[in-house]
Amino acid sequence: MSQAPDHAPTMQRLNLVQRITPFVPALLVPLIALLGLLFIPSGSSWLTLTVSGLAMGMMIFIMAAGLTLIFGLMDVINFGHGAFISVGAFVGVTVLLLVPGMTAAPSVGLNLVAVGLAVIAAMLATGVMGVVFERVIVRPVYGAHLKQILITVGGLIVIEQLIHVFWGPDEIFLTRPETLKGAITFAGAALEKYRLLAVGVGLVVFLAMRHVLRHTKLGLIVRAGVENGEMVQALGYDIKRVFVLVFVAGSALAGLGGVMWALYQEVITAHMGGQMLILVFIVIIIGGLGSVEGCFIGALMVGLLQNYTAFLVPKLALVSNIGLMMLILMWRPQGMIPVVKAK
Amino acid sequence: MSDAILSLKNVATDIAQYHILHDVSFDVPRGKVTMLLGRNGAGKTTTLRTVMGLWAARAGQVMFNGEDIAAQPPARIARKGLAIVPEDMGIFGDLTVQENMALAAVSGPIAADRLELIFTAFPPLKTFWDMPAGNLSGGQKQMLAVARAMAEDRQLYLIDEPSKGLAPAIVSTLVWAMKSLKGAGASILMVEQNFAMARALGDYAAVMDDGRIVWTGTMDELANDTALQENLMGLSMEVA
Repeated sequence: MSQAPDHAPTMQRLNLVQRITPFVPALLVPLIALLGLLFIPSGSSWLTLTVSGLAMGMMIFIMAAGLTLIFGLMDVINFGHGAFISVGAFVGVTVLLLVPGMTAAPSVGLNLVAVGLAVIAAMLATGVMGVVFERVIVRPVYGAHLKQILITVGGLIVIEQLIHVFWGPDEIFLTRPETLKGAITFAGAALEKYRLLAVGVGLVVFLAMRHVLRHTKLGLIVRAGVENGEMVQALGYDIKRVFVLVFVAGSALAGLGGVMWALYQEVITAHMGGQMLILVFIVIIIGGLGSVEGCFIGALMVGLLQNYTAFLVPKLALVSNIGLMMLILMWRPQGMIPVVKAK
Repeated sequence: MSDAILSLKNVATDIAQYHILHDVSFDVPRGKVTMLLGRNGAGKTTTLRTVMGLWAARAGQVMFNGEDIAAQPPARIARKGLAIVPEDMGIFGDLTVQENMALAAVSGPIAADRLELIFTAFPPLKTFWDMPAGNLSGGQKQMLAVARAMAEDRQLYLIDEPSKGLAPAIVSTLVWAMKSLKGAGASILMVEQNFAMARALGDYAAVMDDGRIVWTGTMDELANDTALQENLMGLSMEVA
């Protein structure tokens, strides 16, 4: 074979600002924590609020991570995602209430087994529900945003009413397993055990998702599909099959988030998923549609800000996250780490 | 033409309420380069996308190796041995060059000799192997787009305006790569506005206008007939 024509490769050298810019979103989480430290007079209060904020953020991340990929991959706006959170909570709590001996025992092992059973049941139930929801409700409205909003909101309402049918209309109260109650003291701060567990679970879920997305062929297809689904199909991958997988995984994660939120709040209602959906959408929007990393950073920011604000100016707690979203969108209109191209 | 790898028969394609392709019929001979020419908006890109299944044909047949693939999804069409290099290149900017290439190798890792061929044709891809593809220059992205199509054996390449906006040195590299593909026995259906490149590569030509095929023949026939060029496309290759 003849030699290819000469071509001297060059690449534009990035300046300092361009090199730092990708890391700015990740720096916002410690920045908010530092601001909290400045304004909160007591160091121990700050530590308690920080752990609480991180725990809340991790749980929101678990609920939101699947939804951002669902939007990124197939441009589907799924308001029904809240139903998976509620169903996950009800299934998980039902399992916990079925094993009172395990949850009441002062044994870490038995308590974690009980929580594990609840999580598995919730994720299985919401995963199966995800298959049906995608096939019956989402698939007929691919590419039609208005119809997606209408039909998935309808799906959310129907499932909430079905929860009333199966579990009754009243809220259900629960107590955490014995060894997850109470707090440990660290540097003078009371840190709730359950919140520490939630931080750990959230980190594990994030690292597992990142590993799958960065180091497996499936993850490569998902990342590419979020960026340009049509080209992924043209390369020979059935993007719709991948989407169903992501939809099911996202639904199961919402179920996991539902169980964790139930144990956090110690009360569940059929509408809890719908209520959480507001925070979930805020996190997805500020993180950048389709970005798991953006979703993670956004969730931690929302969790921290809400806890600090609730402590410092309780009346502003409810609007603090809307304010955060406005600021982020004024800075980066497509979110902190945009993956999906503007459509 | 005797042995056609691809035959379009009376293909019609609509985009929303617009009728873009009307009764399009032509053959792509096996092992040859067929240039699809015509004015802007003639329907060339739509024809390539219809063959790849990215837009569904409303009517007609798209026969690939004797099988009608018109109603099949793009992923299945790709696995039959077609590859497309779209006009916008379709590069995944957030993925590295290596990840872009890994994704193109559907059936497994890229064979070492094939990778060597790709690096010989496109040295910048080796240099920037671990860099995000979004940071590449326009020409390097085009190289990656073509290299991605070359990652595995394909029978037919659909290539849409590979020289668009590129410097002459990079166009020469692309021409060399296309000739390598052709030398390896692949068939190519290419849309190209750069007539010098079309003339350098093309064996056959099909000219489109207003969503219809208005002329088919050999590239030599078209290249040597200035009056025909002006009649079909409104300008001559000599002028271009």
